[in-house]
Amino acid sequence: MPRLPRLNRKWIATGAAIMALGLATAAWAQRDPAYSAARSGGQIGEKSDGYLGIVGAATAELRRMVDDLNIKRRAVYSERAQAAGATVEEYAFTSGCRLIAQTQPGEKYQAPDGSWQTRGAAAPLRDSRCP
Amino acid sequence: MMRSQLTGSFRLATSLLMQGNTQMGPWSGRRAVRAGMILVAATMACTGCISVNAPDKPIVIELNINIKQEVVYRLSGDAAQTIDKHSDIF
Repeated sequence: MPRLPRLNRKWIATGAAIMALGLATAAWAQRDPAYSAARSGGQIGEKSDGYLGIVGAATAELRRMVDDLNIKRRAVYSERAQAAGATVEEYAFTSGCRLIAQTQPGEKYQAPDGSWQTRGAAAPLRDSRCP
Repeated sequence: MMRSQLTGSFRLATSLLMQGNTQMGPWSGRRAVRAGMILVAATMACTGCISVNAPDKPIVIELNINIKQEVVYRLSGDAAQTIDKHSDIF
């Protein structure tokens, strides 16, 4: 096997470094532990409009967390809705359909009538317009 | 007969009260009471026509009512990708 020129070896090393960094970033983009705990503890639930809601008594800490995540969600919805030629509400609602479907058993979600439900083993109660 | 002998020094009876017609005056007490009673009865009849009852269930304003199913189906794939891409906030 012929030796690669010095310049090529340098590029391969750089490429490997970039890939490693990419994997590290992907692993980093996980839920905050406090958010995960509040979800599984049933303090926070997925609303049908695509945003998070506080299920029981609202504490200042829960309110701050939910508001922060909902602001970030809204920013993502707005950007994607514009690209898809839809309204923010339409995009958020569609995401809500999917987010409720993705809830794990024990997590809370909002039924079409507005009530909070606990996800069981069965399919969640969703709006009739959800795919 | 002289004019002065007919009416004396009294003024002409220009009002009903002066004519001794106290019971038949346009705004005599009895008529006013009757008119008032009719007015009250009419008001009560009207309130009976339009009865507004307070709802026993809370009023829910459905803001997502104008979202069409076709739009949801069209956006569904894109939304799934977005959720996966931003897994930290979803």
